[in-house]
Amino acid sequence: MVITPEMRSRIEAAMEKYPQKRGALLPALHIVHEAVGHVTPETARELATLFDLRPPDVMEVVHFYNMFYDRPQGRHHVYVCTNLPCSLRGARSLVRALEAHLGIEAGETTKDGRITLGHEECLGACAYAPMMRVDDEYHEDLDVEEAKRILDGLE
Amino acid sequence: MGLKVPYVTSYLTEHFADDALGTIEGYEAKGGYAAARKVLRESTPESVIETMKASGLQGRGGAGFVTGLKWSFMPKGTEKPKYFCVNADESEPGSFKDRLLLERAPHKMLEGILIGAFAIGAEKTFIYIRGEYAYPAKQVQRAIDEAYAKGYLGRNVFGTGFSHDVVLHRGAGAYICGEETGLLESLEGRKGQPRKKPPFPAEYGAFGMPTTVNNVETFCHVPHILANGPDWFRGFGTEKSPGTTIFGVSGHVARPGLYELPLGTRLDEIIFEHAGGVPGGRKVKGVIPGGMSMPILPAGQLDVPMANEFLRERKTMLGTGGVMVMDETTCMVRASSIISYFFRDESCGQCTQCREGTGWIHKIVSRIERGSGSVDDLDLLLDICGKMEGQTICAFADAAAWPIQGMLRHFREDFELHLKHQKCPFPESFEL
Repeated sequence: MVITPEMRSRIEAAMEKYPQKRGALLPALHIVHEAVGHVTPETARELATLFDLRPPDVMEVVHFYNMFYDRPQGRHHVYVCTNLPCSLRGARSLVRALEAHLGIEAGETTKDGRITLGHEECLGACAYAPMMRVDDEYHEDLDVEEAKRILDGLE
Repeated sequence: MGLKVPYVTSYLTEHFADDALGTIEGYEAKGGYAAARKVLRESTPESVIETMKASGLQGRGGAGFVTGLKWSFMPKGTEKPKYFCVNADESEPGSFKDRLLLERAPHKMLEGILIGAFAIGAEKTFIYIRGEYAYPAKQVQRAIDEAYAKGYLGRNVFGTGFSHDVVLHRGAGAYICGEETGLLESLEGRKGQPRKKPPFPAEYGAFGMPTTVNNVETFCHVPHILANGPDWFRGFGTEKSPGTTIFGVSGHVARPGLYELPLGTRLDEIIFEHAGGVPGGRKVKGVIPGGMSMPILPAGQLDVPMANEFLRERKTMLGTGGVMVMDETTCMVRASSIISYFFRDESCGQCTQCREGTGWIHKIVSRIERGSGSVDDLDLLLDICGKMEGQTICAFADAAAWPIQGMLRHFREDFELHLKHQKCPFPESFEL
């Protein structure tokens, strides 16, 4: 069982807020990602049972959204915004510097499973470019040295 | 934490430097919830809708539809539950104003929701916030909890017998969920693929029930309009586009920031007087005036007043008010390649013209940028754009075609130089 009784009761509480329980599927997937980081076929089966869906109904939702994953990710998600306003202010060279610093390319995870590095579309921080999202936190007005320091501080 | 970004303030962002504004006590100390209390106690739904119509407030999420009119489309005398949705999925590149409102003044939005819910007879509001906005979501949830604790949400609001619930719903990273019917699909636990219209959401919306979707900033104007009246509101902005909006300025300017100014403020005033102009003595080359979906304007057209009636004459629109400034070093083919990558990445894939067209545009723009384009490519680009516009379920395909058409209208020379020299002729441009 991937979904613990505690997770299950949080999911059931979320279902109460919607006129149809499927409304709680995104909240449920957030709860799963918070706890175990990604959705396995087993998790999809368990969720499907809870929601009266078929496992592929769950997986197609997982695949549609950038923040849901079907395979293991690093312990920390580091996403640099490389959309136009950030690129105008050096975001692309920031990504390259972080790739070199971690010895991986954007889209990959460090061998120790510590960090998944990626670029992301506009994060709504255009006046503070360049910026990156580390898990749930924004780091803004970055330069390369500061960004490296932030990465080095991740466990 | 204060405000760390340069800003100009008017009624919408008044007291925004004060952290206390985010709490219910701080908001009430500045007169917050007085308008909602008065409306719920003394007014009727019809008169609220009339006031909103008279104010002429246009939605601030990009399409600019008159809010009061949208509210009036909700069916009356139906037994079905009615819903409100707040579109807090702010994802239009170059837009970051709603984040400011969500973080700094979540109660202002809640007050606007209460007034609107009373007007349209909604029993519940779903606030759809983009998944990446974790901190804004925390602020909003805290505000919702505070409002419930004080009896400003839930049953019998302000002792008036009116009841309303608010649910915060987090998205999970998909630009298309900012399209109102994509948002509704996502809210229902599905892929965020937009619906065919009609039926419009007022008839068949969230969970099949009558629903109105409005943007965060739109809700924030509402308490001010009800407190001060439509004539006061029309004292800001132009005759056709009343009120202020929050312009988010980014890119090559000295002071990127958020500037609340009347609609109709000239673009050059925003860039040079408020955002400090381009640093390093360089000149402006082009400006995207309203978020990335809107066609670019060249340096010679910065005298335009920022309101749709004037921007349309220049073949662009206000969109979300996200102003992206590019200086003279900028390679516009490179900029186009970033723009086209974004739309390729975010197309939901259900319409062929959009799914194939966005990928095709990106492929062509990229090969021109790399120096391997052919002379026919520019006509081909325009042909593809023409076949995407107006041909799909939602406006995403239009939004993908417009910026490329704008680039070719004003900066065709940049593309031609790439084709002629078979390489990028702008060595100082930003890196790709």
